Amino acid sequence: MNLTLKIWRQSGPTAPGAIHTYQVGDVSEDMSFLEMLDHLNEDLNEKGEEPVAFDSDCREGICGSCDLMIDGQAHGPEVTTSCQLHMRSFKDGDSITVEPWRADPFPVIKDLIVDRSAFDRIIQSGGYISANTGSAPEANSVPAPRDKAMRAFNVATCIGCGACVAACPNGSASLFLGAKITHLGELPQGQPERWSRVTAMVAQHDAEGFGGCTNIGECTAACPKEIPLDVISQLNKDFRTAVKNGH
Amino acid sequence: MAGSTFHEGLTPLNSAPTQTSDDAHDYYTKGDKIVDAVAPTGPIADRWTTRRFENRLVNPANRRKLTVIIVGTGLAGGAAAATLGEAGYNVKSFCYQDSPRRAHSIAAQGGINAAKNYKEDGDSTFRLFYDTVKGGDYRARESNVYRLAEVSTNIIDQCVAQGVPFARDYGGLLDNRSFGGVQVSRTFYARGQTGQQLLIGAYQAMERQVAAGTVTQYTRHEMLELVVVDGKARGIIARDLVTGEIETHLADVVVLASGGYGNVFFLSTNAMGSNVTAAWRAHRKGAYMANPCYTQIHPTCIPVSGEHQSKLTLMSESLRNDGRIWVPKNRDDCDKDPRDIPEEDRDYYLERIYPSFGNLVPRDIASRQAKNVCDEGRGVGPLVGDFRRGVYLDFTDAIARYGKAGVEEKYDNLFDMYERITGENPYEVPMRIYPAVHYVMGGLWVDYHLQSNLPGLFVTGEANFSDHGANRLGASALMQGLADGYFVLPNTIRDFLADGPFPAIDESHPEVVAAQTSVKERVDRFLSIGGTRSADSFHRELGNIMWEYCGMERTEPGLRKAIDMIRELKQAFWSDLKVLGTGDTLNQSLERAGRVADFIELGELMCIDALNRRESCGGHFRGESQTEDGEALRHDEEFAYVAAWEWGGDSLEGGQPVLHKEDLIYTAIEMKQRSYK
Repeated sequence: MNLTLKIWRQSGPTAPGAIHTYQVGDVSEDMSFLEMLDHLNEDLNEKGEEPVAFDSDCREGICGSCDLMIDGQAHGPEVTTSCQLHMRSFKDGDSITVEPWRADPFPVIKDLIVDRSAFDRIIQSGGYISANTGSAPEANSVPAPRDKAMRAFNVATCIGCGACVAACPNGSASLFLGAKITHLGELPQGQPERWSRVTAMVAQHDAEGFGGCTNIGECTAACPKEIPLDVISQLNKDFRTAVKNGH
Repeated sequence: MAGSTFHEGLTPLNSAPTQTSDDAHDYYTKGDKIVDAVAPTGPIADRWTTRRFENRLVNPANRRKLTVIIVGTGLAGGAAAATLGEAGYNVKSFCYQDSPRRAHSIAAQGGINAAKNYKEDGDSTFRLFYDTVKGGDYRARESNVYRLAEVSTNIIDQCVAQGVPFARDYGGLLDNRSFGGVQVSRTFYARGQTGQQLLIGAYQAMERQVAAGTVTQYTRHEMLELVVVDGKARGIIARDLVTGEIETHLADVVVLASGGYGNVFFLSTNAMGSNVTAAWRAHRKGAYMANPCYTQIHPTCIPVSGEHQSKLTLMSESLRNDGRIWVPKNRDDCDKDPRDIPEEDRDYYLERIYPSFGNLVPRDIASRQAKNVCDEGRGVGPLVGDFRRGVYLDFTDAIARYGKAGVEEKYDNLFDMYERITGENPYEVPMRIYPAVHYVMGGLWVDYHLQSNLPGLFVTGEANFSDHGANRLGASALMQGLADGYFVLPNTIRDFLADGPFPAIDESHPEVVAAQTSVKERVDRFLSIGGTRSADSFHRELGNIMWEYCGMERTEPGLRKAIDMIRELKQAFWSDLKVLGTGDTLNQSLERAGRVADFIELGELMCIDALNRRESCGGHFRGESQTEDGEALRHDEEFAYVAAWEWGGDSLEGGQPVLHKEDLIYTAIEMKQRSYK
């Protein structure tokens, strides 16, 4: 198929950006969206125009690197990552707009690449269980109820891509935060730091400039791992308990 | 014999090999034998305990005076950064991704082995050790492998304590499943996303140390050169991929945890950015590259669909627990709907040829048999070129046994992923799979301490060669990465660091200046060639050569041809490469150019290594060495050695690599021809 691509180009963090229009032909429906961009980049390189910079790595939907706003939707029209979106979701002659994630705490580095290191700083603030290496007890000495372990796993699947932030009108990272709070809070190993963790992570979230949650739900609708909205309820509940108890 | 190859009071079970063939004689120079890999002597079960005690300590107050550079943040690098940070060393951690959480370990699906024997099905440290050595076709070092099996149980304890949500049974205890190549259930898993969960555990532990100030993380940084001063690794030159700045980072010791080089084949299951540059720059500075031709071909990948493809997607090997592999008996049935092919016209070829292991035979065997049936013209799926490259992985029986819900619970995300990529629903139509390049067992040579032959350069995880022999069993890569990072390296590196801090050097040291200059010149050279072809186009061409001639089956004439083709490609690369943009900004074409340049040199060495090794072994199948019924045939009397190659200069300028051999002598396991029949 033949497509018209409208792509955000920005040469550096402080440079002005603009939408550029490109025509791309010979697109097969078996291509992933990123393979289609590779194909465009080969063309651009041949014509002497610098290829479009975008992030991707595993291309299996698990590393969380890819982060495209496609036609105004985080990762595009399907509930998946940009790398697992295939061109069979589009039609010959379509015009597609491609932009970077939009949120103040995710500044643009170049073209479609943004800086998501705020997520690392949120994890640094408390998104872990303090377990020194070599000091762990025998794994089966602390049983974890199966339903709790399942729930922990289901939300631990967050890939940290930031689609939730990009989709949220408030630029809130509450879904990301809620997923981690719930993952660690469901397990017996996560209990000792449960309350200090939530206050520290919420404080860092706010300090990074992410917005508050107003229960719009765009985050969960855009989440490629389908992290449910109730992790935000869990986040709020844990935060309330922690604050009430002076953590 | 001395050192690792002979143990006082123990009887060697094999004799040192003597190579009589010399297929690669015109491509290499013979070097000295490696006689000491510093493994402890004595009974195998005591060696690691002995060595941990013998290794010198560094007192806590001195640790903060010592700086450790770690390149890579996957399971090996992330775990090592977390652990050394906790111990109080000053750690500098580097990764090319935007966050350490995105290292390629995250994509591992199936699970991690540990000899916990929770199922009481006869597992033990010795059995895990035995299975791993046998599975690796007796080309791994027994001391290293025993240690790996020994610490495996600690890994599970560690990860559970960190909050890794492993699968559990109804009582809340940990669940297990079995994997290719073994007959016990020793694989711990978090549905089909075990690698992700383990990596997030290591990442979180590392971020905790970043907050504590012991680890400094440098993301979007790529190591482009190793700094060697007075024969010791003392730092790296890295490029800040955002600003383009060429930075110098100096330290007391350097650890490479930079992963594998399967992307030399262009199409592989590796992440797009996985590359060989860190290891290859160290190789060019004197570090030996061991067994580079040992490539693992994974049997259960989604088949190639066309020319546009940028990478291949793995389907977890755990699917072979429940899926049955078959092709039609008759070629005429290959384009039929598989549901219309009656049971008697199906060939469940693995169950037929290998009745005791069935669909769970090791990866190399499952891969080669898939290729064989497709080469016979019994492959299924769309024609790619003249062939149908696919076999069925059928869950009909499993769905009948456990119900759709049962299968969903075990594998759901894998089934979804398959449907997303192929557009077919695997609950209704059998999946199609085909082998693809997945993992490499070759890597930088290391001794028992994980130190390369360059003092001060340690190598962990997939980047080293030591634990998997010629073939890796499923669920063993995660085990090795975490064993190295959490438990082995922290206990071996301290013996080296006990002599530190080493004399301070600064950026004006001539060796540092020389390393800086060579990186800058190389970057400028890529930008100034001004040719017509992208780095990717050279990469694709290299990948075709490697897959065709150094892939699942290799022959002497094929490998010779490949070496010539790679040399021509190298010449074309350096005269016709086109990299747009500049070096002082984020420039992905420039990043790729550097990696492809190194892949080309590595590819040439892989072919020379494969040419020298005139035996079939693990994932390396030499057409000249097979049994009457087409099985791989090893030649222990000639090749029971590790091939450790020293850089001998650029072949275009007449350089030849130098081959150093390390004999593999077993005292605990008798070498046998592998048979899974």
